[in-house]
Amino acid sequence: MTLTHLKRAVLKLGFWLMVITLVVYATFPFYYAVVTSLKPSSEMFKVGYWIDSVDWSNYVAVLSQKAFVQSIANSVIVALSVVAIALLLGLTAAYALGRVRFKGRTRVMMLVLGVSMFPQVAVLSGLFEVIRVLDLYNSPGGLILSYTIFTLPFTVWVLTTFMRQLPDELEEAAIMDGASPWVTLTKVFMPLLWPAMATTGLLAFIAAWNEFLFALTFTLTDSERTVPVAIALISGGSQYELPWGPIMAASVIVTVPLVILVLIFQRRIVSGLTAGAVKG
Amino acid sequence: MASVQLERVSKRFGSTHVIDEVSLSIDHGEFVVFVGPSGCGKSTLLRLIAGLESISDGDLMIGDKRVNELSPQERGVGMVFQSYALYPHMSVYENMAFGLKLGKASSESVAERVKETARILQLEALLERKPKALSGGQRQRVAMGRAIAREPDILLFDEPLSNLDASLRVQMRNEIARLHGRLGSTIVYVTHDQVEAMTLADKIVVLNKGHIEQVGSPRTLYERPASKFVASFIGSPSMNFLEGTCRSTDARETRVELKALGEVVLPYGVDSNAVGSPITLGIRPEHLTPVQATGSDAFEVINVEYLGNECCVYVDSDAEQFLTCRVEADTSIARNDTVSLRIDTAQAHLFDEHGQALVRAQDSA
Ligand SMILES: Nc1ncnc2c1ncn2[C@@H]1O[C@H](COP(=O)(O)OP(=O)(O)OP(=O)(O)O)[C@@H](O)[C@H]1O
Ligand SMILES: [Mg+2]
Repeated sequence: MTLTHLKRAVLKLGFWLMVITLVVYATFPFYYAVVTSLKPSSEMFKVGYWIDSVDWSNYVAVLSQKAFVQSIANSVIVALSVVAIALLLGLTAAYALGRVRFKGRTRVMMLVLGVSMFPQVAVLSGLFEVIRVLDLYNSPGGLILSYTIFTLPFTVWVLTTFMRQLPDELEEAAIMDGASPWVTLTKVFMPLLWPAMATTGLLAFIAAWNEFLFALTFTLTDSERTVPVAIALISGGSQYELPWGPIMAASVIVTVPLVILVLIFQRRIVSGLTAGAVKG
Repeated sequence: MASVQLERVSKRFGSTHVIDEVSLSIDHGEFVVFVGPSGCGKSTLLRLIAGLESISDGDLMIGDKRVNELSPQERGVGMVFQSYALYPHMSVYENMAFGLKLGKASSESVAERVKETARILQLEALLERKPKALSGGQRQRVAMGRAIAREPDILLFDEPLSNLDASLRVQMRNEIARLHGRLGSTIVYVTHDQVEAMTLADKIVVLNKGHIEQVGSPRTLYERPASKFVASFIGSPSMNFLEGTCRSTDARETRVELKALGEVVLPYGVDSNAVGSPITLGIRPEHLTPVQATGSDAFEVINVEYLGNECCVYVDSDAEQFLTCRVEADTSIARNDTVSLRIDTAQAHLFDEHGQALVRAQDSA
C-alpha cells in the first residue's frame, strides 16, 4: 500500500521536475534579458537573478533613438504586409490546389514543398539581383518580396491541407446558391479556415519579424532597417564597449508584441474547425 | 413552366459510362423519384440536372430551353444535400438568406422571403441559431429552407432523409409531401428507400447500371413490373422467383411447369413464342399462401417472423433462395411445420430467360 503511494509520489515529483526544467530552459534567456534591461549600466556586470530595483534608463535610451523607433515601424509594416500578401495568395492557391481537379496537381504541390527547402543563403545572391532589377533595394518592398517568397510554400501547403478537409457538398451548396468561386472562397471557406489562417499568419509574422540575413543584406540606411538589424547595430560610446543594457531593452521591446500575439491567437488556433457542418 | 426533358443524356468519367443514353420526361409539378441499387447512377443523374456535373452527351431541356451549359442558378434549380451541407458559421437566417442576397434581392424582400420560408417549415423560433445547435430534423428543414427560399422551379433532393432515425423519417416524409402540395414545384428525389419512393412519387424511375429499367407510377411498378430487376427491387419483402418452363398459352390461360411446385395455370395469355422456353414465375409474398400440408408436395418452414400486424413465413424450397410468404398475424403455422403452397395465380408474373416481363395478352390489347 505505502509502496504504491511512494511510487506515485516519486512519479509525480519526477514529472514536475521535468516540467520545471523545460520551463526554465525555454524562458531563462528571455527572463535574464528582462532582468538585465532593468538594471542601471553601473550594475550591468553584477550577476543577479532577481529584479530588486527597476531602472528604466535603458528603455529611455533606446526609445529616444529615432532610428530604432523607425525600425520598429518598418518591421511592423513589413511583417503585416507579408502576412496579408501570404494569406491572400495562399488562400487563392489553396483553393485551386485543394478544390479544383486538374492534371499535375500533386506535382505542383511537390514543387511548392521543394522550393521551401532551399536554405536562405543559397538564394541570397540571386534574390539580390532580382531586387536590384525591380528597384526595391533599400526599401521595405524588397524585404516584403523576399519574405513572402519564403513564407508562401508553408502557407500554401498548410491551407491546402485544411481546404481539402472541408466537405465537397459545402462548396456545391454554395454553387447551387449562385456563388462565384471568389464568393465561395471569401464567404464560405474563409470563415471556416480562420484557425488555419491564424496559425499560418502568426508563423509568417514571426518569421518576418525576426528575419536577419535578408534584412541586413537588402537594406542600407538606418531609415529602412528592421528591428533585428537595428538591435545588432546598436553601438556604444566606443568600439570597445557593447551596450548590453540598451540591447536587452530593445530585445524585450520587440519580443513582447510576439508574446501578446501568440496569447491572443492561441484560442483561435485550437478552436474547432467545422463543427456543425454536416450530418446530425 | 418547369418541365424537364432528358434526351439521350450520357455521362462518362474517363472511360466508364456512368449514365448511358437516358431519356426521360418530367412534367411541370410532378414528383419524380429515382430509385436503384447503390452505384447505379442516381446521384450522378441528379447532379447532371442540377448542373454540378457536365453532361457528356445528349440534351437537357428545362421548359423548352436547352440548359446544358447553364449554371445551376440560371437553371432555376435548388438542391437539398444528403449531409445537409449547411454553412456552419452562419445562423439559420443567414443560411437561408445567402442565396437570396447573392441574387441581388433587396434587403426587405430577403427578410420577407426568409420569414415566409421559415413559417412554412416551422423554423421561426430557430432563426438565430447556428447549425450545430440544431437537431438532425431541424437541420434537414433548414437545408430544405435554403433550397426553397429562392423559389426555384425545380427542387432536387439527394437522399435527404437517410441521416434521420425511423420515426423522424416518416414525419419528414409527410412534410415533404405537404411541401410539394403547397409549392407546386417540380421535384426530383433520389432515394434507395422504396417506402419513400412508393409514398412520395407521382412517377418512379428505376435505374440500373446507368440506364432506366422502368418508369411508371408506384402502382404500375408494383403490379406490372417490366423486368425481373424491377420486380425484385420494388416491394418488401421482395418477390419470390420460381424457375420453370412454359407449356402452353392461349388467349385466356397459360400453363407453366414449375420445378418446385409442379404445373400451375395462370388466368391470362402471353406471347406464344414463350411456349417451350424456360421462364421465371414471380409471386409476391402476400400472394403465396402456406397451408398445413396434406398431400405429398410438402415444404419445411424454416422460420416464422412475427411482425405484429402480420407474419413472414420462410419456406425451404428447391430454388436457390427460400420462399417468403406473408400471412395473418394469428397464423397457426410454426417453425418446422410442413406446408404446401397456394399461388394466387392472377397475381403471378412471368419473366422470360432474359428477365423481361412477358406482357399479358389483356394488357397489350
Ligand atoms: N467523380 C467521379 N469519378 C469517377 N467515377 C464516379 C464519380 N462519381 C461517381 N462515379 C461513379 O459513378 C457511379 C454512380 O455513382 P452515383 O454516386 O451516381 O451512385 P448512386 O446511385 O447515387 O449510389 P448511392 O445509392 O450509393 O448513392 C459509381 O459507380 C461511382 O463510382
Ligand atoms: Mg448517391
